[in-house]
Amino acid sequence: MDSLSMSELWAIFVMQSFNGLSSFSVLLLMALGLAIIFGQMGVINMAHGEFLTIGAYTTFVLSEVSQRWMPWMQGSYFILAVVVSFFIAASVGLLVEHLMIRHLYRRPLDTLLATWGLSLIMQQVFRSVFGAKEVSATLPDWLMGSVQPTESIDIPINGLLVMGLTLLMTAGVFVGLFKTRWGVWVRATTQNRVMAGAAGINTRRIDKYTFALGCGLAGVAGAAFTTIGSTGPTSGSLYIVDTFLVVVFGGAESLVGTIASAFSIAQAQSTSEFFLTGSTAKVLTLLAVILILMLRPHGLFSIRVRR
Amino acid sequence: MNKSLHVFGRRALSCGLSSLALALALPTGAYAADYPTAKVNTTGLAVTDTEVVVGQLHSATGTMAISETGSIQAERLAIDEINAAGGILGRKIKIIQEDGASDWPNFAEKSKKLLISDKVAAVFGCWTSASRKAVLPVFEKENGLLYYPTFYEGLEQSKNVFYTGQEATQQILAGLDWLVKEKKAKTFFLIGSDYIWPRTSNKIARKHIENVLKGTVVGEEYYPLGHTQFGSLINKIKLKKPDAIYAIVVGGSNVSFYKQLKAAGVTSAKQTLLTISVTEDEMLGIGGENVEGFYAAMKYFQSLDNPNNKEFVKKFKAKYGKDAVIGDVTQAAYLGPWLWKAAVEKAGSFDVDKVVAASPNIELKTAPEGYVKIHPNHHLWSKLRVGQALANGQFKVLYESDLIEPNPFPKGYQ
Repeated sequence: MDSLSMSELWAIFVMQSFNGLSSFSVLLLMALGLAIIFGQMGVINMAHGEFLTIGAYTTFVLSEVSQRWMPWMQGSYFILAVVVSFFIAASVGLLVEHLMIRHLYRRPLDTLLATWGLSLIMQQVFRSVFGAKEVSATLPDWLMGSVQPTESIDIPINGLLVMGLTLLMTAGVFVGLFKTRWGVWVRATTQNRVMAGAAGINTRRIDKYTFALGCGLAGVAGAAFTTIGSTGPTSGSLYIVDTFLVVVFGGAESLVGTIASAFSIAQAQSTSEFFLTGSTAKVLTLLAVILILMLRPHGLFSIRVRR
Repeated sequence: MNKSLHVFGRRALSCGLSSLALALALPTGAYAADYPTAKVNTTGLAVTDTEVVVGQLHSATGTMAISETGSIQAERLAIDEINAAGGILGRKIKIIQEDGASDWPNFAEKSKKLLISDKVAAVFGCWTSASRKAVLPVFEKENGLLYYPTFYEGLEQSKNVFYTGQEATQQILAGLDWLVKEKKAKTFFLIGSDYIWPRTSNKIARKHIENVLKGTVVGEEYYPLGHTQFGSLINKIKLKKPDAIYAIVVGGSNVSFYKQLKAAGVTSAKQTLLTISVTEDEMLGIGGENVEGFYAAMKYFQSLDNPNNKEFVKKFKAKYGKDAVIGDVTQAAYLGPWLWKAAVEKAGSFDVDKVVAASPNIELKTAPEGYVKIHPNHHLWSKLRVGQALANGQFKVLYESDLIEPNPFPKGYQ
């Protein structure tokens, strides 16, 4: 490494920092929907990864459609795909909530089993509809390039896109939860359901739309990840472990905790990956998470509530 | 099906067969009557006067179904063709298909069932080394016969297994030689998924680079299966500036790896990359535009320009749809039934010991990859080819080696 010039070291430093941020936004985008569902509603949604896959396949289908029938849309279909992914995943979420989840509120272990079954069913549906092979959405060229502020620095545009989407979604969720009437209802319902109901809040409806929102966010994440990863029937299960890790590590009830947790896991992973090898980095990150969870069993940011 | 077409197909087939048989100095058109069951089956296999039963053991479900579907299809195609041309020793082949379900103990159970209860004369199957290792003791104990189609890490040889894909030295050494000769590569960055095949393969690659080619390995990295974030790795590659990347990333991780390489500006215009883990099948998922220009070292590409292969691709697509693609392993799986047929006919018996004894030096001139011959060590003599990935998901063949002798236990590489 001694033959490197200062400018090269600087370039690597910039790209590596970007890499950490980019991993951070991936983790956060995955965890956001789950944090709402798990943190606010106490539902352990093992099928969260499959809602992500719904978004990815939606993007794939739209890419095929635009390629075959609407070539003029090829450059811009992706934006549409993000929006459509949200609504499709959210609608499936509504349906699932109605048929399954609402019968299981306040039974977290049952939701775990039921949604795990659901995730297997959804995987098989993907396999039957799209085939076992992994597919790839054809992305517009402008998305696959990189920004080059200097000769030796490449900032991938797909990474920027994921970051932008994460920022947008997180801001949206925060505004929604803390600045709107709906947010007040959600927080009231999760903190004291009976009282909220007595105060005239339709808690049934709040649950329904909160769950759907969480699923919709997963759909957006899925659409975003087609730019960096694979789409297959089991793609979702690749992400689910990391997602739960982020949410649990951050402290289930706290969105700020989710952000802090995604940030620290991503930075730890990406820094150690650079100095060690990929597999070792993963082991070290997991060990660190376990150690910290032993010290703070409720995660980084636990809200003190009287139980 | 159109009758005249059918007859034509048959004629074309028997034509190809007779050239094969000629090569083996065997009479064509064997009739069951010439080979009484008592003579051709002295060990109680599932062989009758009209029928011989074989097993097919792949993952039709689970995570490996993605890969093994092609093998299942190719083996079925070969067996259908053999049956259409009169079968083996006048007997039609009947398939019993079992699903290994991507679960290694399950593979062992199913192989027991095939060998002990079904008494199959041969089994075509497995993909991962883990599944092969799981069934190996069963095949050796029950004296079964397995045709295994995947290119793999080597370091194995069994009386009961024929390996129709390449072992590591056939695939790796010639590919690296090509990189050094054609691309003047001196420094290499080795990348792999974290399990036995990539690790062993890279170990062989490293020895060859350092001891024979006098090059330098500037980095060697492994990532867990299913890993999707390659940013740090890509930065390390940019830092080390290797002349060539040698990549053995497996499965879905490939998609992330190549998409992120491209997005980070590491394209084929700037960087040489040779892979032994991306076939036409993987390209479907990765998207040709993301791999375009990179090189792959395989023994077979769908685009191979020879009459055998053209016929094979045509038949495969006619049976499985025009969008079907054929990767290296799919072709190797197709060879299994044909090699078995040739050995059985040479031995004049279905008995496993006699088939094994008859197998060395059997050649197949009708193989889509051109020509193969069985080595006494149960692997195939085969050529290595280097293909350059095209945006349409196919490879352009740039280089073809001479026939390479298989050597599963290479000296100095372990």
